[in-house]
Amino acid sequence: MRLPGRSPARRRGADAAARPRLPMRDLLAESVAGLVARPARVALTVLGTVVGVAALVATLGLSKTASNQIVGRFDKVASTDIVVSPARRGARTASSVLPFRVEDRLQRLNGVVAAGSLSDLNVGRDLVSSVPVNDPIRRTQFQLPVKAASPGLWRAVRARLKTGRFPDAGHSARADRVVILGPNAARQLNLSTVDHRPAVFLGDRLFTVIGILDGVQRQPSLLGAMIMPEGTAAVEYRLRAPALAQIETRVGAVELIAKQAPPVLSPTQHEQLKVSAPPNPRDLKGAIRNDLNALFVLLGGVSLLVGAIGIANVTLVSVLERVGEIGLRRALGAARRHIAAQFLVESSAMGALGGIIGASVGVLVVVGISAMRTWTPVLDPWIPLAAPFVGAFIGLVSGTYPALRAARLEPVDALRAGT
Amino acid sequence: MGPSVGTAAPPNGRRLAKLDVPVIELRGISRTYGSDPPVQALRDVELEVQRGDAIAIVGPSGSGKSTLLNIVGCLDRPTAGRYLIEGADTSALSEDALSALRGRLIGFVFQTFNLLAHRTVIENVMLSEIYVGTPREGRRERAMAALERVGIEHRADFFPTKLSGGQQQRVAIARALVGSPSLLLCDEPTGNLDSTNTETVLVLFEELIAEGMTMLLITHDEHVAQRLPRRTSIIDGQLTEYT
Repeated sequence: MRLPGRSPARRRGADAAARPRLPMRDLLAESVAGLVARPARVALTVLGTVVGVAALVATLGLSKTASNQIVGRFDKVASTDIVVSPARRGARTASSVLPFRVEDRLQRLNGVVAAGSLSDLNVGRDLVSSVPVNDPIRRTQFQLPVKAASPGLWRAVRARLKTGRFPDAGHSARADRVVILGPNAARQLNLSTVDHRPAVFLGDRLFTVIGILDGVQRQPSLLGAMIMPEGTAAVEYRLRAPALAQIETRVGAVELIAKQAPPVLSPTQHEQLKVSAPPNPRDLKGAIRNDLNALFVLLGGVSLLVGAIGIANVTLVSVLERVGEIGLRRALGAARRHIAAQFLVESSAMGALGGIIGASVGVLVVVGISAMRTWTPVLDPWIPLAAPFVGAFIGLVSGTYPALRAARLEPVDALRAGT
Repeated sequence: MGPSVGTAAPPNGRRLAKLDVPVIELRGISRTYGSDPPVQALRDVELEVQRGDAIAIVGPSGSGKSTLLNIVGCLDRPTAGRYLIEGADTSALSEDALSALRGRLIGFVFQTFNLLAHRTVIENVMLSEIYVGTPREGRRERAMAALERVGIEHRADFFPTKLSGGQQQRVAIARALVGSPSLLLCDEPTGNLDSTNTETVLVLFEELIAEGMTMLLITHDEHVAQRLPRRTSIIDGQLTEYT
């Protein structure tokens, strides 16, 4: 008796020598069986890809999550910040381009929340001192930056007072000899309160300290400076024009105000003004994320490369160990491509498995870190979905050399090696 | 009745018409290895095996019997001469075609059994049908029939490492029988067995031969060769038939 479906006539000559076939289902079954036979090794091999894919997914997710946080914070201050200043530094330009009391002009623009001007004063070699006598033991005179500010500047730089008050338009108009100190300058001068209306000398000129700053969100140079009203500086130190105009806009108005501010400030010489405005927040957000992504993708890529080398190594070792099995399969009718296909499927399956587990771990990391930092986790859905395919591709590429090596084995040599 | 294995008499006239072609025909086969100096493993070998023939090729180590088996099994190609299997000239066949021919026409039995240790007995037997294009349906039943034929069906779900050498060789024979090959090619099939298991395997071979199986058996053991109806010795790559 013969087995069904194997007619002798079909087995004759050319019929028997027809191209050997390996149905996909059999190929998958054989590959799975090959993997299941060595579970510990497969687990260790897959670990490399798991780490790589998890790192990639986690870093991509965290970079997006973190960049949202960065941009969220950045939006509040930087995206409403405009500084207008003369394009070229120089006495002539500075003296002629920006007007005093820029806020009077800029407040007319719809979208401007606050505006003010700021100038550095040239006080020569005059030092600042809080006491009228020279103490030979302690240093009592300091070279401090001296600045002049218009009344609107304090709001425009979001200044906070530690004590006292800001100079107002009256001080400026009357050219009162009053100053406000930045917190670092106050510390140097050993002043912590203005309750007793302390005075400081700038050279031989006496100024009353009416306030001490606690902090500013823009123009951080104010923190170490002594600042007097613009009108006072014009009278006492011949300030001819402000050095810059600081503007705070409403969110979203920055581009418009950046265009409108120069002609408003200097209708005839606006081309000589330089506007520093933040880039479009959306562009900035993308740029930050791209920078972060590039870094993190590089890190994840390195991890994946390590994983790929792991798969290649293990597959190669597997080929060397299974030489006898390869010989047997060739004796049973397997063509070279069937051998190559089996090893490729095995390495791809290991990569895909690593991708699936790695994507899961990566998502958990993103969610876990976001939960700890009270962030909103943000992750493109395609990233975890694509991870198994990335893993499979890496497995495929890694397995190519070992698979080709397996396929190149001569059946006689492979059989001689035994199982 | 389930599927069974065997090589019994032809079932119809059409098959009878094909029986006049020898299963294998070796005409002036030579095989030389290397070039400095060349080693001639086979010299002008002539051999014809008809359907139902069972031939033992006996020879000492290094006589060329393994080279002959490799060529007959289409695992290697001769450097000179013609080798025809079921009338098809193997020299004209591509490597792919030779693979297909091996899978469909030849059942191998090796000295070291060559069973996959991590697959069960029945999975090892089913392996022989994977590359020959037979349908998956009934594959398990055909493998079980082959195991029944060699009397090892009760170990179908065991792993080979749990079996004795004789049982493992019977599994290997079952694997070779699945698909009803035209030729059973045995390479020192009792070389790794003790006398009891050797006897069991030889009895099995005698039964298969009685059923009409075409067999070529290579051995260095004269006692094994004596159990086959036709014997040929090989010395220095040359065949000499004797009784």
